[in-house]
Amino acid sequence: MGKHGSLLAVIVLCLLLSVPVLTVFSSVFNSSDGVWQHLVDTLLWSYIVQSLQLMLGVGVMVLVLGVAPAWLVTMTRFPGSRWLEWALVLPLAMPAYIIAYTYTGMLDVAGPVQGFIRDTFDLRFGDYWFPQIRSTGGAITMLSLVLYPYVYLLSRMAFLEQSVCVLEVSRTLGSSPWHAFTRMAVPLARPAIIAGLALVLMETLADYGTVQYFGISTFTAGIFRTWFGMGSATAAAQLSAVLMLFILVLVIAEQWSRNRARYHHTSTRYSRLPQLRLKGWKMVGALLYCLIPVLFGFVVPVLQLAWWAWDTRALVDFSAFSQLVFNSLRLAFTAALIALMLGMLITYAKRLQPGLPMRTATRVLGLGYAVPGTVIAVGVLIPFAWLDNSLDAWMRAQFDIATGLLMSGTLIAVVFAYIVRFLPVAMNTVEAGLGKIKPSMDDAGRSMGLGSWQILRRIHIPMLKGSLLTAALLVFVDVLKELPATLILRPFNFNTLAIRTYELANQERLTEAAASALMIVIAGIIPVMIISLSISASRPGHDKRT
Amino acid sequence: MKKLLLSMFAVSALSAGLFVSAAAQAAEVNVYSGREENLIKPLLDRFSAATGVTVNLITAGADELTTRLELEGANSPADLLLTVDVGRLLRAKEMGLLQAVDSDVLESQIPAQYRDSEGQWFGVSLRARVVVYDKECVDPAQLSTYEDLVDPKWRGQICVRSSSNIYNQSMTAAMISHHGVEATEQWARGLVANFARDPQGGDRDQIAAVAIGQCQLAIVNNYYLAGMMNATNEEQREQASKVAVFWPNQADRGAHINISGVGLTAHAPNRAEAVQLLEYLVSDEAQTWYAETNNEFPVRPGVPVSATLQAWGEFKADELALEQLGTHNAESVRLMDRAGWR
Repeated sequence: MGKHGSLLAVIVLCLLLSVPVLTVFSSVFNSSDGVWQHLVDTLLWSYIVQSLQLMLGVGVMVLVLGVAPAWLVTMTRFPGSRWLEWALVLPLAMPAYIIAYTYTGMLDVAGPVQGFIRDTFDLRFGDYWFPQIRSTGGAITMLSLVLYPYVYLLSRMAFLEQSVCVLEVSRTLGSSPWHAFTRMAVPLARPAIIAGLALVLMETLADYGTVQYFGISTFTAGIFRTWFGMGSATAAAQLSAVLMLFILVLVIAEQWSRNRARYHHTSTRYSRLPQLRLKGWKMVGALLYCLIPVLFGFVVPVLQLAWWAWDTRALVDFSAFSQLVFNSLRLAFTAALIALMLGMLITYAKRLQPGLPMRTATRVLGLGYAVPGTVIAVGVLIPFAWLDNSLDAWMRAQFDIATGLLMSGTLIAVVFAYIVRFLPVAMNTVEAGLGKIKPSMDDAGRSMGLGSWQILRRIHIPMLKGSLLTAALLVFVDVLKELPATLILRPFNFNTLAIRTYELANQERLTEAAASALMIVIAGIIPVMIISLSISASRPGHDKRT
Repeated sequence: MKKLLLSMFAVSALSAGLFVSAAAQAAEVNVYSGREENLIKPLLDRFSAATGVTVNLITAGADELTTRLELEGANSPADLLLTVDVGRLLRAKEMGLLQAVDSDVLESQIPAQYRDSEGQWFGVSLRARVVVYDKECVDPAQLSTYEDLVDPKWRGQICVRSSSNIYNQSMTAAMISHHGVEATEQWARGLVANFARDPQGGDRDQIAAVAIGQCQLAIVNNYYLAGMMNATNEEQREQASKVAVFWPNQADRGAHINISGVGLTAHAPNRAEAVQLLEYLVSDEAQTWYAETNNEFPVRPGVPVSATLQAWGEFKADELALEQLGTHNAESVRLMDRAGWR
């Protein structure tokens, strides 16, 4: 197969994976029986405003929680900093809907915290002020607490890879560490920070569990209400299309910011990063700053879940439970490896052939991440059912054999939906890593007579090990947490931890849901820690002593 | 490289195991259930034990399952669609996804208002939407009807969940059946004006809000309160002890009733087993189970209710034929949008 042949093959693959997103988009042109007009008259504007508020709030908060701690643990030393280096990633294992349930259970009007205030000071409701957890502010806080690790991870990766030369130059020019952070480190890490931010904002737009639980009318909540409440799949698809426009803007902004400059560094000199030892109030400040996200994004909710799980331990059926764990893990494992392979293939093809067709194809593919799982699920159901039914009809006509539904309602459909939804995560991570490898490396390889495949195998993969592992594990953790697509597409009698948790929480039995919720978090901790450690190890020459 | 190849091999082996489904057994029936697994599986297991028919189950939101059923078309494996409210069954019927069942058992056991007149769906349990009040500051004599809840004397005292919730949609749809769109919209506006807070949380949260004094009244389904009264969690039991149930509209049409129900799908591959399961769901055993386990009301008159519900006393139920809610669901959502009911 020639160069063009393989390019075509990759583009066809991208198109195939874009079918669900395009399916949803295509129903835009159907008529919606006045539902759309009703939306314009009543709630559309508030959907837009609420979504923007949420994105803005989460965007600012994840930057605050993610960037500075990444720099602090990379460039400075203070008591606990080595430990915090990986602990800061832990909230990634916590699904947003679960942290929302947990804090609501604790902080809501009828929860133990407000109950304690009332009992201790002998107050009645309304006599005292307490922040309202189920509010836009509450949703911003919940989402930020579990999503900031994306920004933290990617900016830390960038800080670790920054050339010492640049920092030394800035120091010799007399700038303070603070200046080195704001003037050198952050601007240089900008593409990574923005890539992390884009992931966070897409997750925010796609979130349904949290906003629905808090009663916030975002775009996604609007899609569900229109679809289910008014029975208008068309108007819901049209809302989804508007949502995708939001995302397209995000994706383009992210790529634009990445493309404008070349960020691979030119120095070949790597040495251990000089780490500033913090003392006095600076040390205390740094420690507190880095502790807050870990404490509120992980420790507090996990303790609460553990407490509830202990309280309801008698209700757990262990054999059924271990089946759930097994199902969740194998799905996550399969999806992560497939996403890794496809992500590598597509990203590499794009590096070889960065033309317009490839860029367009990957951009459309990238939309999947921001589309709510339920919408993706329906986007998967439509083509799969069509394919199965057409094949069945053809087989009946030709051979009088009924094949029925071959792929719909199997785990193939489930895994396909995961790939559509989470491949962009893998692609983003691999691409960020690949972007750091100088094109001159490829040239050098080629001049030694290596083909594209050998360049990938012998130069890129060894250099990318950290990024590849991160890509696979991010997808693994995302699949572990995924709910809506699994719920709708799964085969008969197939359950996962996320489904179990959701079903109990949905019956307002939060305490009983705690055991499976806790299990999701525990299963996610190990991959999350591997990600963090592999990033520390990813700095070329990290173990070289100076 | 070897490692990579090895891991690729591992994936294919693993995936192959993942995707091979068990071969079909002798007698089985496939259920798409809007009711969560833990609230239906024990009953299905009993059915299997009694008849030898294997029941395969998928649970998810009824709307999602309806969409799946529609897209899978004539080849769908589903035999029964089970939902926890009448609105979804009506929509499934309207979409042509159900077929009629002609069964003397079902027709004789289930009162006419709780099943489709064409036999396409059947209610199997009942839930009442009741008013819960703060025992300390509300004299039940002040309460009378759903319509009375818009009275200015309740300003800032009512807690109810979002209008995205199907139980509120069905309640409002029933209101439209009785009073028409215009009067119902007036009612919804009045109710919104009396809200203590923006709608949030589920029905148990509304009850808790009454218990701690954020509002004096809440509109909830009966089994949520019954569930709290019998909860393992001590705090919930305490909250439940501070409130009491009021049956609305006892002097006129009666309290609003919704059903959980089942319909036979249009292309059911296991029709005989499906009808067998349908009939089992209205048997003494199944009806008692619904009553005892989830504190719902049996659809069959004469089956005893749970001790908790018995203590609340007899009540008059709205006899509106539920199929009349059919066209009103979408209208009720639009109406609540206009009224500002979030």
